[in-house]
Amino acid sequence: MPLADELPSWVAMAATERHVRRRERSHPRSEPLPTPATRPAVPGAVIELADVSKRYDSGDTGLDKVSFAVQPGEFVFIVGASGSGKSTTMRLLIKETEPTAGTIRVAGRDLSGITRRKVPYYRRNLGVVYQDYKLLPNRTVYENVAYALQVTGGSRREIREKVPDILRLTGLSLKLHSRPDQLSGGEQQRVSVARAFVNHPPLLLADEPTGNLDPETSIGIMQLLYRINKTGTTVVVATHDVEMVDKMRRRVIELSQGAIVRDEQAGAYAARETTREFTLRLRGEES
Amino acid sequence: MKLGFFLREALRALKRNAVPSFAAMATVLVTVLILGVFIPVVQATTGAANEVRGRVIANVFLKTDASDRDVARVKNLLENETPNVASVEYVSKEQAYRAERRRDKQAYELLGANPLPDTFRVTPDKPDNIGKVRNALSPVGPGGGRTVIDPAIDEVNNREEETNKILSITRVVKLTTAVLAALLVIASVLLIANTIRLSLYARRREVEVMKLVGATDWFIRWPFVIEGMLLGALGGMLAVLLLAVFKIALIDPLAAEYALIAAPDTMNFGVLIAVLLGASIGVSAMGSGLSLRRFLRV
Repeated sequence: MPLADELPSWVAMAATERHVRRRERSHPRSEPLPTPATRPAVPGAVIELADVSKRYDSGDTGLDKVSFAVQPGEFVFIVGASGSGKSTTMRLLIKETEPTAGTIRVAGRDLSGITRRKVPYYRRNLGVVYQDYKLLPNRTVYENVAYALQVTGGSRREIREKVPDILRLTGLSLKLHSRPDQLSGGEQQRVSVARAFVNHPPLLLADEPTGNLDPETSIGIMQLLYRINKTGTTVVVATHDVEMVDKMRRRVIELSQGAIVRDEQAGAYAARETTREFTLRLRGEES
Repeated sequence: MKLGFFLREALRALKRNAVPSFAAMATVLVTVLILGVFIPVVQATTGAANEVRGRVIANVFLKTDASDRDVARVKNLLENETPNVASVEYVSKEQAYRAERRRDKQAYELLGANPLPDTFRVTPDKPDNIGKVRNALSPVGPGGGRTVIDPAIDEVNNREEETNKILSITRVVKLTTAVLAALLVIASVLLIANTIRLSLYARRREVEVMKLVGATDWFIRWPFVIEGMLLGALGGMLAVLLLAVFKIALIDPLAAEYALIAAPDTMNFGVLIAVLLGASIGVSAMGSGLSLRRFLRV
């Protein structure tokens, strides 16, 4: 059982609040770049898809005229059976592929305007968590997380300061010098989350983050994402774990064969709950 | 530049991938060793061929009754008005007589008088142009026989058969060595590039992850390039060391005794080492950098 789960929730919250403050210092209001709009952009949206279609070369349809917008601070699930377009959406958002039609805006910026050379700089503003963790196999937990900072030219001091902090938040303080193959799946996914969040990106994407994990470990990961969301970071999670989604009671966008079939807003009550209440509910021990 | 970081990353990769790194280094070592032996051999061969070709000359024999004015006029003609001439050497009948007498004293003493003509030895700018020089000096007349362009010239002779043999044989030798050298260089580059490619292929997932975390192409590439340079330098240095031992232990004692090994102009050993080292480092670095390109498209 990772350490953070055993701590009273206020400890975790304190750590989180420190992150919020630091984030405000290091990202003093990043204005979205103005882009010429073909269709009026949803004001203030972090993510905006407008009539996005993706057809693969094989003839398969990934997405078919999908439109939705995500506001800052939202926690959104994208659900659907495999092949419904969840992963396509994620890959489009990190600009791993290009849409066949439609525009995608992230923080007001049209992704089609980002050249191949600029893609790395764009990706630094996103935290991404993958189903298969995608950790660097030959590096320790510490080094894996540090790499995300080194990529952006982070100084050694910055690394020494931020990495232990984020690893404490994700409950990996005792595993600093383990390599990924010495960790359990849940721990590896925590490293992946830590790496995604160490830069304090305004947007965190998770593609099937619990796909390879057992239910109890999955709750731990979801809890972590929830906590990250509480710092103001927008979180988008693609998953097929419908049971988990139902318990979380967040906004759900359901895709089927590349089209949106359901877009449910979160219940208002969920926004104010503490991590503890949240966890209890996830475990099905709602009071 | 984050040179320190890139260097550390490269060293880490070398340590973590010891076996493929060793394979790449061994490849560099073997190819450099082969090239190091082969380059001087090629040079010696072409040097020898060129030396033989340098002996291709045309002799312009003057008439025995040519006066000093005739000699001066023909000399001017050869030096200034004939194309494709590199140099002209004048051998007077007295010089020729002395030289020949040294060879066969008795025969020349029997002769008493000097039967030899004044001669110009004309070296063409390129051995292959010998025919042009000859044709310029003694064009083929309408009747098929040769005429001369100056009345004082008796005959222009280039020992045609020998010359042609020399030219064709040396041409074949030079061409063969050039082709062999080119093939060897291509094979070396491919071999090194392929070894590097294999070791990169094993790490393509790592490159993909780096790319997804937001690393720029060059941020990922630099450590690989440095790694390639280190491997190339190491393999190259080991090979050069072996070559030096080989040279000192085997070639130098032989060269002292056999003129054949010492004679042809081969590349200076220092220059050879510099070229080999530079090439091994350059090829390895470029091989790493270029092979990586495929895996960076994420």
